[in-house]
Amino acid sequence: MKRAFPILAVLTTGFVLYGFYLGLFVAPTERTMGDVQRIFYFHAPSGWTAFCLFFVNLIASVAYLVRRNLKADALAVASAEVGVVFCTVVLVTGPLWARPVWGIWWTWDLRLTSTLVLWLIYVSYLMLRRLTNNAQTPVLAAVLAIFGALDVPLVYFSIWFFRTQHPQPVIGGGGSLDPRMLHVFLINVCAFSCLGALICWARYRVELMHREVEEAHALESLLDVVPKSEGEAKAAHRGSLQ
Amino acid sequence: MTSFQSITLATLTKDIRLEWRSKDALNSMLFFSLLVVVIFSFSFDPVAEESRHIVGGLIWVAFLFAAIVALNQTWARELRNQVLDAYRVSPAPANGLFLAKVLGNFIFVSVLEALMTPLFIVFYNLRALGPAWQLIPLAILGTWALVVNGTFFAAMSLRTRSREIMLPLLLFPISIPALMGMVQATTAILTGENSARFWIVLLLTYDVVFTTACVALFEAILHAE
Repeated sequence: MKRAFPILAVLTTGFVLYGFYLGLFVAPTERTMGDVQRIFYFHAPSGWTAFCLFFVNLIASVAYLVRRNLKADALAVASAEVGVVFCTVVLVTGPLWARPVWGIWWTWDLRLTSTLVLWLIYVSYLMLRRLTNNAQTPVLAAVLAIFGALDVPLVYFSIWFFRTQHPQPVIGGGGSLDPRMLHVFLINVCAFSCLGALICWARYRVELMHREVEEAHALESLLDVVPKSEGEAKAAHRGSLQ
Repeated sequence: MTSFQSITLATLTKDIRLEWRSKDALNSMLFFSLLVVVIFSFSFDPVAEESRHIVGGLIWVAFLFAAIVALNQTWARELRNQVLDAYRVSPAPANGLFLAKVLGNFIFVSVLEALMTPLFIVFYNLRALGPAWQLIPLAILGTWALVVNGTFFAAMSLRTRSREIMLPLLLFPISIPALMGMVQATTAILTGENSARFWIVLLLTYDVVFTTACVALFEAILHAE
């Protein structure tokens, strides 16, 4: 396990760099949008990765509520945090593309609004985790994750209806993608998925270690154990008792 | 009468009696939403015909913010003298307690709405151009949507460090589809431009989904240790 991580990290970095290279230099330039369209190769794969991570978060949360397994909870934290990062990438790269193409930074369109609401839900999830610092956090967070997941289809439908009532002139849906562009896009989707999985795994391991350390600290303060090898600490301890 | 009903009824009457004697929540909610009405009137011309399009949103934002006041003190009262701990160790059904709290908050917020609506009509020169009777099911479903999740999240935020701040942070993102439904339906009815039916169905779906979720998960929250 320990050796697998650096190897996978190097492989993923290479894969992501290859994806960047393909997206920036190899993929053909789009006819009307020009080079700015290349952001699509990083924007859409980030979105895909974020959605996958949020899905992992839901599964881990349900697993925690059923099994009460703290490893599932650690996975839920890791996937939510990394998912929010990727979702932020989507929300930042979107306007960067929209400004030159649509002429506006932001529009309250279906996909934009529902992604923003999704981001808000998971940020509130992280805030809940941050503001509860005790043994109840996993249960509360898992429950909130389930509420968030139930909310997503309702958000989607409400905005879908709202926007079909008030049509917007922007967003060019449909259209066919050049096979070379599709190729680059799919490679980037794979690369970003690997990157997301890798970061999530790293965060998961850090979370587990963090908990182990916390547990050790709690146990130590509970038993008031003095490390045997450190004679000085022992003496100091005795001194403080006298 | 089953123990579920008697628990619900006992808690509900206790909460109503407490509120009737102190009127803390209702007074602060009323004054708060009155302030919102007055302050918002500076941001646009309130009697203009176009303000019809904005008022739907304004009314619900005022009610939402005011409801937070009632929701925040729902469970805080039970923390004194370890009442909630007593509930936890007693064999009483947890959902009976939850349902009583939701019904109590529903009544308080409904009273607030009934008292504030005439003021909105007077101050903003409102007149429904669509079918006005639809406002009644809309108000019931919308209030339930706010209150059922609000009560649940208030119980959740009890366990957090700064619970008064936490409640809106949890409640608002999840309530976005419900708020959208309330605001759009109210605007549709006030302007009479399109049908409010879709939004009322959406609110009904939201209420059913989240009431089920709250009832299913409340026990986990109450016993979270």
